[in-house]
Amino acid sequence: MTTLINNKIADQILAKHGTLENFRELRDKGVDIIQTEGLPVLKEEEYKFTAITKKLEQSIKNFGPARPVGLNKELLNKHLFEGFDGDLIVFDNGNFSQELSKLSGQDYSLVSLDQAQSENFGKIAKMEKDPFTALNSATFGNGVSIHVGKNKQISKPIFILFFNKANDGEVISTRVFIQVEDNSEVTFLENTVSLDDAPYFANAVTEIKVAQNAHVHYSRLQDESRKAIVVNNFETDIHRDATFTSSLVSLSGDMVRNNLSLNLLDSGCEGNMYGLYLLNGKTHVDNHTNVDHTKPHSESNELYKGILADHSRGVFNGKIFVRQDAQKTNAFQQNNNILLSEDATVNTKPQLEIWADDVKCSHGCTTGQLDEEALFYLQARGLGKEQARALLLYAFAGEVLEKISNEQFRNFVTEKVEERLGGSY
Amino acid sequence: MLTIKNLHASIEGNEILRGINLEIKPGEIHAIMGPNGSGKSTLASVLAGREEYEVTDGEVIFQGKDLLEMAPEERAREGVFLAFQYPVEIPGVSTTNFLRTAVNQVREHRGLEALDAVKFLSVMKEKMKLVEIDQKLMSRSLNEGFSGGEKKRNEIFQMAMLEPKLSILDETDSGLDIDALKIVSNGVNKLKTSETATIVVTHYQRLLDYIVPDFVHVLYKGQIVKSGSKELALELEEKGYDWIKEEVESASV
Repeated sequence: MTTLINNKIADQILAKHGTLENFRELRDKGVDIIQTEGLPVLKEEEYKFTAITKKLEQSIKNFGPARPVGLNKELLNKHLFEGFDGDLIVFDNGNFSQELSKLSGQDYSLVSLDQAQSENFGKIAKMEKDPFTALNSATFGNGVSIHVGKNKQISKPIFILFFNKANDGEVISTRVFIQVEDNSEVTFLENTVSLDDAPYFANAVTEIKVAQNAHVHYSRLQDESRKAIVVNNFETDIHRDATFTSSLVSLSGDMVRNNLSLNLLDSGCEGNMYGLYLLNGKTHVDNHTNVDHTKPHSESNELYKGILADHSRGVFNGKIFVRQDAQKTNAFQQNNNILLSEDATVNTKPQLEIWADDVKCSHGCTTGQLDEEALFYLQARGLGKEQARALLLYAFAGEVLEKISNEQFRNFVTEKVEERLGGSY
Repeated sequence: MLTIKNLHASIEGNEILRGINLEIKPGEIHAIMGPNGSGKSTLASVLAGREEYEVTDGEVIFQGKDLLEMAPEERAREGVFLAFQYPVEIPGVSTTNFLRTAVNQVREHRGLEALDAVKFLSVMKEKMKLVEIDQKLMSRSLNEGFSGGEKKRNEIFQMAMLEPKLSILDETDSGLDIDALKIVSNGVNKLKTSETATIVVTHYQRLLDYIVPDFVHVLYKGQIVKSGSKELALELEEKGYDWIKEEVESASV
């Protein structure tokens, strides 16, 4: 019965999107996978706590593609953050808008993703791993492809700004493809703006190749509307001596599922994953991360923190895979949660699979209330209770915020976090 | 300054304080001693406003105001300071930032203008000398990774910054070596004025060689069973608490 519903939704989405002519092979494969597997149901381990398909069935009325809403510069400028200095890439309902994007002439190439750019495209984010990746492959419209050549230091950040709104359809399929070649360095920033409160389903896929000795920072803010349903598949191939650092701050949404996969393909790789989810209302955010150590002498660090109020729910699932070849791996994982309400829930699960015998791996998770003793200590020094609470929560969150490498973006996100901590908590 | 009358307090239904009476005047130092479990730390906690304790009877008047009616932060702003027996480690909150917030809260309450960053730092530097605390500790997270001695010195440093009227030192000497003890005591003595009062809760007479009390009270089973001058502390050091226990038991028969 449930499978029927899942296929029904997948079929509706596919039918309403019609047959897209470009990327034939990729799209056909996506359709195949979707039609065989359907969208995930709760019984499936990977989506055990996050009933995204059911949520789609309940909230989404029109499974057609959301059409571009036609943005203007004024609106755009409203959503730039203070001190922003870099390149701006704008998406209008999942479609790259060349017209509104603004490049400062830095030395890399950016093209609309409407035809095959590279043999890597569609191979980094694996459709077999998650049906939503397959669905995106079948449905994405006009994405973006970024190529940073060898030995380039891209000093100003590249800011990708997504504008989402249900418009003549409620499915938004975003696709980003990035290749950073040997010895290059670049910082990406991302924010998504909901233009109104109507529900939509944003199904995004981002693929990144980080070539030998390249260094990539990628910071994202998720602060969409209370009705937004979001699935995010973000996968990177990290090559020899390369570093990739992801920071992800989630503040809002109805149901949000983030899949983050780092494939450490060679020796000397470093993969860092930092996350903060600061939730209230009924927001549900699920972070599934996966780091795959395949060769010796690689390192991964992971820190996810959650503060949950009201009826919100957080899910953390952190997979660390250390293959037999990957001796001398260092892999660290930590997930800490503070529950501010009796109705808030966290499900946290570390998942370590280690096949090599000479590795250093550690993981830990904690879930608890705000430390009453610390609260009293601060009060006993004259801080009001609310102020003391905010200070403690902010200190808790700060450890993740400080990992956002771009200062202006960090300030922007920090301000949002402070607003939340000083307000509804 | 402080009047405690027939104070009863309990935690989770167990009565710990069973009628404490105490009068403290400006300029005085009172030592509270007693065997383990006699209620010493409970008294300190109740005065500072720790919520786990329920006051079931009695009253505490501090400078003409009902102390028990006040939230912990109000007590602090009014001038009550508790040096914690176990100072709490707070990751992510730097000592400097936290103290500046605290000092300015207290100043605002007393009708003084807030200290700006420059003034605050100069006051801080001056007070740091009092307890010979290292500048490096100030930029670190509050008490995180501090040694036992550093934590206790940090308590006295905070006391110096907040300029309380009544300071309660809850076993500040426990676990300190003699050098640290001297530094801490020296800080307390330098901060003492004819306007301020101090309650020293301790287990060991040793501290009272350095912070000389005007009065010594012995707490036993939640009551002050004996009060005297500093000589009482020496007597306790020599003879232990058993004779006091016996005195109490025989009197109650």
